[in-house]
Amino acid sequence: MGERDGAEIFRAENLTRRYRDGGRDVLALDGIDIRLERGQRLGIVGESGSGKSTLVRLLAGLDRPTSGRVWFDGTEITDLPEKRLGFLRASVQMVFQDPRSSLNPRMRVGEIITEPLRSRLVRRQLADGVDHARRLAEVLAAVDLPPDAGTRYPHEFSGGQRQRIAIARALAPHPEVLIADEPVSALDVSVRAQVLNLLTDLVAARGLTLVVVSHDLLVVRHLCDQLAVMRSGRIVERGETSEVYSHPQTDYTRTLLDSVPRIRTSGR
Amino acid sequence: MKRAQLFAGLALVALVVVTAVVSLFWTPFDPIRVVPGQRLLGPGWPHLLGTDGFGIDIASRLMVGARTVLTVGIISVGLAAVVGVPLGMLAGQNGGWVDEVVMRVGDVVYAFPALLLAILLASVFGASTVTAMVAIGVASIPAFARVARAGTLQVMASDFVLAARASGTSRWGIARRHVLPNIAPVVGVQASVGFALAILAEAALSYLGLATPRPTPTWGNMLRDAQQFLFVAPLQALWPGLAIALAVLGFNLLGDGLRDYLDPRLREVP
Repeated sequence: MGERDGAEIFRAENLTRRYRDGGRDVLALDGIDIRLERGQRLGIVGESGSGKSTLVRLLAGLDRPTSGRVWFDGTEITDLPEKRLGFLRASVQMVFQDPRSSLNPRMRVGEIITEPLRSRLVRRQLADGVDHARRLAEVLAAVDLPPDAGTRYPHEFSGGQRQRIAIARALAPHPEVLIADEPVSALDVSVRAQVLNLLTDLVAARGLTLVVVSHDLLVVRHLCDQLAVMRSGRIVERGETSEVYSHPQTDYTRTLLDSVPRIRTSGR
Repeated sequence: MKRAQLFAGLALVALVVVTAVVSLFWTPFDPIRVVPGQRLLGPGWPHLLGTDGFGIDIASRLMVGARTVLTVGIISVGLAAVVGVPLGMLAGQNGGWVDEVVMRVGDVVYAFPALLLAILLASVFGASTVTAMVAIGVASIPAFARVARAGTLQVMASDFVLAARASGTSRWGIARRHVLPNIAPVVGVQASVGFALAILAEAALSYLGLATPRPTPTWGNMLRDAQQFLFVAPLQALWPGLAIALAVLGFNLLGDGLRDYLDPRLREVP
C-alpha cells in the first residue's frame, strides 16, 4: 500500500449531468457528492440507467458536468481545458466493458498498449525516456499474456485475453487510479473469475485506487472495500462493503441484495 | 455469388487498365490520322470494329479512350477524396457548428448541377480534360464528405476512442490512428462507386463537347461523332457505348463487391 493512503484523491460536490436524448431531457446525475481516498476500492452498483457510468466518466475527465465541481488530487478539474489535464490522464486510466469495442481492430496490440505512453499530454508527466518496448513487455507479463502478443491484432485473441490487453493498456502509464466500467460483464462466465482475480492481484500489488462500476453485486463484493449504491442519478447508500451487506439501510439496497441468486448449501 | 460479383468487377476494371496501358505502346492503327479512303468501314479485317467517319480505326480509338477514362477517374476521385474525407472527418469529430457549416456547404455543392459547373469552367478556361476533371471532382466532394462523416461518427462513439481520450491522445492522434484506418474501407467503396460516376460524367461531358477536345479520342466524343451516321453505320455508336457501359458496370460491381467483402455483417455464411 502507498504511503499516502488515506489522503483524498477524488472529491465531487453536487454533480449534475443533464443531456438530451432524442428530444427527451435526461437527468443522469442528480446532485452527487462523493469522496474517495487513496488506496480505497470503491464499487458503484445500481440498475442500468442509474447514472453509474456517467459518474465515472466525469471523474475520469471524459465528460463535463452540467453543474457541480470535481477535484482530483486536490486540483479542481471541472473546467480545466484538455491540455492541462495531463496529470489526470497519466494518473487515471479506464477499463471498459466490452474489449471488442475498446480495442481498435486496426491497431496492433503493442501499439494499443503503448498508446498512453505516446500521447504528448501523458509523456510530459512521465519520467524521461520511458522505454516503450520494455514497458510493453512488463505489462504483458503482468496480465499473463505471451511476450509476442504485441505484434498481433486484437481479433486474434479470445474475449478474456482481450480484456487483459485493455488492462495492460491501462497499467502502461503507471496510473494511481484504475476505473473499471463493468469489466467482466461482456466476458464468458468461465473467464470472469480469472479476470476478477487478475484485477484483485494487480490492485493489491500496485496499491492502486480502484473504482468499479457494476450491476453485479458479486463482482463488487469480490473487488471492493467500499460500496456506493446509485438509483436515478443519486447515491442512496454509501459505506464499507461488508457493512452495507450486513446492514443495508434502504429498501432499495435490500432489494438489490435479494436479487443476487444464492446457492443453497443445506438441504430442505 | 458475392465473390463472383467482386471478381467480375475486378476483371472488367483490369480490362480497362490493361487496354489503356497497351495503348501507350501499341495500337493496331494510328488513332488520330485521317484516312479519307477508308471511311465508315464495317467490322472486318484488318479493322476489327470498322472505321469512323474520318476513316480512323475504331478499335484503336477505343483503346486510347481508355486512358482518358482512367485519368479522369483517378484525378477527379482523388481530388474529391483528398478534399472530402478530411472535411467529413472534421465535421464528424467536432460536431456542433463546424459540422453544420461543412455539411450545409456540402449540400449546396451537391445541389449545384455538375453540368453547370462544367459549362462554367469550359467557357472560362476552354473545354479540356482538366476542366472536366475539376468539375467532376468538385461535384463528388460532398459524397466523400458524407461517407467520411458517417464513418467518423460511428468510430467516435466507440470505446476505443474513449480509451484514447483517457490516455491523453490528441484530436489529431485520434483522427490519424483511430478514425482514418477505420473509415478507409468505406472510403474505398465510395471511391470505386465514384469512379463509375466519374466515367459516366466524363463521357457525358465529352459527348457535349465540354471535356477533352478532338482529335484526342474519348468514348464520349466518339459517341458524338457516331451520332451523325446513326442511320448509315449504327454499329459505330454501339462500340463506345458498350465500352462506357462495361467500364461503369465494372467499377460498380467492384464497389458493391468490396462493400460486401469488407462488411462482415453482409458476408455470406459459408
